[in-house]
Amino acid sequence: MTSLTLKRARIDWSGIAFAVILTLVIIGPLVVVATWAFTEVWRYPNIIPQKFGFRFWGQTLGRPDVWNALMLSLKLSTVVTLLSALICLPAAYAFARMKFPGRDILFFSFLAGHAFPKFGLLVAIAAIFLQLNLIGTFWGVVLIQLVGTLMFMIWIPVAAFQAVDRRMEEAARDVGASPLRVFLSITLPQAGPTIFAAVLLSFVGTFYETEGAWLIGAPGIRTMPVLMISYINNQMVIQYGAVLSVLLWVPSFIALMFARRVIGGGAFARGFGG
Amino acid sequence: MSVLHIAEVTKTFSGGTHAVNSFSLDVADGELVCLLGPSGSGKSTLLRMVGGFEQPTSGRITIDGEDVTHLPPERRPTGMVFQSHALWTHMNVFRNLAFGLKLRRMPAAQIKEKVEAVLELVGLAGYGDRMTNQLSGGQQQRVALARSLVLEPKILLLDEPFASLDQHLRERLREEVRDIQQRLGITTLFVTHGQDEALSMADRIVVMANGKTEQIGRPDVVYRDPKTPFVAGFIGTMNLVEGEVKNGHFARSDFSFPLSIADGPATLAIRPEALDLTVSETPKAKVHRVTDYGSHGLVDLDLADGTRLKSMVAHPDLFRTGQGVDLKPRAVAAYRNNQQIFRS
Repeated sequence: MTSLTLKRARIDWSGIAFAVILTLVIIGPLVVVATWAFTEVWRYPNIIPQKFGFRFWGQTLGRPDVWNALMLSLKLSTVVTLLSALICLPAAYAFARMKFPGRDILFFSFLAGHAFPKFGLLVAIAAIFLQLNLIGTFWGVVLIQLVGTLMFMIWIPVAAFQAVDRRMEEAARDVGASPLRVFLSITLPQAGPTIFAAVLLSFVGTFYETEGAWLIGAPGIRTMPVLMISYINNQMVIQYGAVLSVLLWVPSFIALMFARRVIGGGAFARGFGG
Repeated sequence: MSVLHIAEVTKTFSGGTHAVNSFSLDVADGELVCLLGPSGSGKSTLLRMVGGFEQPTSGRITIDGEDVTHLPPERRPTGMVFQSHALWTHMNVFRNLAFGLKLRRMPAAQIKEKVEAVLELVGLAGYGDRMTNQLSGGQQQRVALARSLVLEPKILLLDEPFASLDQHLRERLREEVRDIQQRLGITTLFVTHGQDEALSMADRIVVMANGKTEQIGRPDVVYRDPKTPFVAGFIGTMNLVEGEVKNGHFARSDFSFPLSIADGPATLAIRPEALDLTVSETPKAKVHRVTDYGSHGLVDLDLADGTRLKSMVAHPDLFRTGQGVDLKPRAVAAYRNNQQIFRS
């Protein structure tokens, strides 16, 4: 019994140190930004602001360009995610389950976009878009952001489809299900939670995508993150940028909570292997 | 009343290997036939062709006279139980069993009745609400069996259904499955690489090697009278001794045995229980090890050239390592060119 209590009393100091450092590094900047968002007066050398308040929230949310950008970002993310799902999910199924010539090369080409420095690729694409009159248009931004979602929307669903036990599908055929019914009743529900996570991740990823939206979209298309960057760069008042970034936490936070509930922490830890 | 008829079925995989080579078999109504063979013998491929998961390269498969050779699995009157049970983990037990019935547009009340009846049959009454991952391995395999049985297939196909279970459970499920099969009188094709399973369950055994039939017969006949050296070595424990026949005597090292067949090379097959030992001044073999199993003993012997033989003895305490013994086979079979040419 004594040895048991001794064991329980021992504290894992290295674990605690690790947790504290991680907390400081990750939570620290967030706290600073959040504090700024609710600050009205904060002058050097004070450690905490002299005056808290919602003045800048009112001012920021009162601006029509903020609301336009928010609506535009939501619309963009929805369209891009839906298109991406439409293109990528059948492709992922084909990559996971079918054998066809050039399969490996094609699979690799889907991911090759991420093998280069992104900005260089974007500039090259922008030159092409300029010729096609896509610069500064909604669909131009849709196209460029679509490229960014391919990685998530191909790789993760391919893993999800591959993880579905072939015997389960065969057992369903055996009891009388057509191939389509097998896909709808067995394959999709089995791969569903993981695919849902991929869709959620590409929605959030698109919502925050900045370089493509800025390079292709400017000046006509201003998404939330682009607006935030221009506030941070061009405004003397820090609070505008801070308020916007706090606002931008909300969708990703909701998405993450939702994803956790649907697929459980385990799947995150296992890297979506299924 | 269902009979399965397999006529000269061949399956050639890309690359030209014959997984199954001109295989024929008739399974009578209510019969349980075991396909027994080592891995790679083509037994699973054959079963999957009957189930519709593989297409034969040539040949015909008929069930009750109806040609099903080119029908997809969902249109065949067969029910398959997979080795890995292959239950649908996103459904509970009830929905696993009801899935096939729903596809047949059966009214809900009738589905409930049938599912409950089949759960009762496999000894899992009241388990309908469980998720499949809350069940033990044996229970999962029972649900998989129930999932096939509930659809009342004409032919039940079992693909090494007990392979992933432990020995004790395997023996119990073996008896249960055999009981259920006989009670329902369902025609069954059973694939296994375990001879115990085949010997204890089957009405007939088909021993397969390299995509071909080696021997078909009742379990006791296949055990007692193996027609090829492969069957002799595969079923049960068998001493297979290669040697030369000369002037009516088979000889290997110091061991010789009168055998009235033509001169030439031959393989002699002796069951351990048919090989008697006597302690001798003029030994033919030396005792290597004695194992006492309580009910009987097993003696490992070496001939002068190192050939290892096994003998089952009633009194293992009569023998000890290093002792010289004489051998006296009571029953032998002899093979030449893969054919049985002598049997006593």
